[in-house]
Amino acid sequence: MPKNLLNETACNMSPLGDSAIVITFGNGIDYSVHKKIKLFMDLLEEDPFAGFVECVPAFTNLTVFYDPLVIYNTHKSSNESFSPYEVVRSLLEGKQRDSIEDKKLSHRTVSIPVCYGGEFGPDLEYVARYHDLTTDEVIHIHSTGEYLAYMIGFAPGFPFLGGLSENIATPRRASPRMTIPAGAVGIAGKQTGVYPISTPGGWQLIGQTPAKLFLPNVNPPSLLQAGDMVKFQPISEQEYKETKGGSDESSHNQARIID
Amino acid sequence: MSLRIIKPGLLTSIQDLGRKGFQQHGVIVGGAMDGYSLRMANMLVGNDQGEAALEITLMGPTIKMEKDCLLSITGANLTPTIDNHAAPMWKPIYVREGSILRFEGCKSGCRAYLSVAGGYGIPEVMDSKSTYLRAGIGGYMGRALKAGDVLACEPRKIIDGQKLKGSFSFPMWFVNEKEFMGARNPVIRFIIGSQYEHFTNDSKDRFEKDSYKVSNQSDRMGYRLSGPALELENNKELLSEAVTNGSIQVPPDGNPIILLADRQTTGGYPKIAQVITADLPMIAQVKPGESIQFSRVTLREAERLYLHKERQMKEWKASITLALNNWLLN
Repeated sequence: MPKNLLNETACNMSPLGDSAIVITFGNGIDYSVHKKIKLFMDLLEEDPFAGFVECVPAFTNLTVFYDPLVIYNTHKSSNESFSPYEVVRSLLEGKQRDSIEDKKLSHRTVSIPVCYGGEFGPDLEYVARYHDLTTDEVIHIHSTGEYLAYMIGFAPGFPFLGGLSENIATPRRASPRMTIPAGAVGIAGKQTGVYPISTPGGWQLIGQTPAKLFLPNVNPPSLLQAGDMVKFQPISEQEYKETKGGSDESSHNQARIID
Repeated sequence: MSLRIIKPGLLTSIQDLGRKGFQQHGVIVGGAMDGYSLRMANMLVGNDQGEAALEITLMGPTIKMEKDCLLSITGANLTPTIDNHAAPMWKPIYVREGSILRFEGCKSGCRAYLSVAGGYGIPEVMDSKSTYLRAGIGGYMGRALKAGDVLACEPRKIIDGQKLKGSFSFPMWFVNEKEFMGARNPVIRFIIGSQYEHFTNDSKDRFEKDSYKVSNQSDRMGYRLSGPALELENNKELLSEAVTNGSIQVPPDGNPIILLADRQTTGGYPKIAQVITADLPMIAQVKPGESIQFSRVTLREAERLYLHKERQMKEWKASITLALNNWLLN
């Protein structure tokens, strides 16, 4: 018997202000939760309701932004207590009923070239010492891992990646750097990530990619999307210098989209 | 070439109603802090309400008009003058080529909007003209205006220059600014935030009863508030999730932050409250050092206030369009 998804979801929607609704799909960082979020998001974007603005996936929930005025004009009633939120909520509940079930989620795999260590990764030696490893071992562990981009946020194109090996998980630096260059690859606790734009930060920097992650002149403007699998491909300083720069479009070639 | 920036002011940038549809890529919405004043500035010169305008912060720029143009100034009263004569706000002004627009100082509010008929000739990036300062994209070369910048605007020979007495001309009618500008130290209405129940009862009480001062570390990204520190019932770690305009986050130091136009798309601090959309422009007009008081309403009430405001804007649009056409034709 199919699960009654309607009942399951009746209590997991809540307002984010008067123009957005949050649908919660689970509690922790978990692939099965991510899968539900991504499938529902795809469904919504393929067939959006009138007044839909955009949606933002996160680890455990999906936030759907809407325009209350369009909702009002579309579903206008003389009812004094008309609520755009309630209208959107029932539209989403209707969608959820005929969705998800046993659909498969497909992932792109994106390979990001990284020049590890030296001036590109000033904290690589610290990370190695912290774990009693050689720098080559750290590079090997980091570049053989497969990481899932659960969500994009914090900065344009910045992926929240899950899947870092405990063997190289390292606390943040005691004192943050004033600027971290765009393309820096770092570790913070059990997270690894790439900085798309220059910003201050406390991550342990182990390398740098010549690929651009934020591409304002390309649609979509982020190299990575929620749901992508990410791999890191070690490259030499020579290769780094040869591929650095270039247009936004060519960045898609530097970071190979494998499928 | 049409408007030449002689002095840029404290922070003058191109903003429209924001960049929508790209938040899932980490791209912020941005846009005007006071959306109603921006929309009104556009209505007054016959533009689409969402056209880009200059958002002017506290200390305004000095601008030379290199062509005749129709403009309007709304939002904060930064004491605008044209060729050293007081310039009216909240109405269209026809300005003659060669005039100098200046702002002499802040009388009330924090952000003014300067619209020109036809818009500024700024290209769209990701469907918006808003300046995304931190990423250096959109607006005028991705940055705040500097001395020497020249903005394009549509020349309008709609008024016979001969009829102009002095360097500018305007109709008698105006929009009552009281409809758009809140009081000093305003009361801001909120609905409870996603993690409201995570806070202690004492914190929830004080959030509503005491007032909060807007600190100096407040900008387009958000306002940092100082007042009674807010405490959580238990320190459950929260995973990052979407935030929005007006979300009130509480970091571990207990001092709330109201997230505003240039907020990041996601955040990991608990949200005690959410400012209602209809009151967001009021916050944009509060200066650092001033105080605000929070008052709780229901979601239903927030929605009613939003729709009511939109109905008013529609009525304004109809009467301004009529009045503007009459003035331009006579």
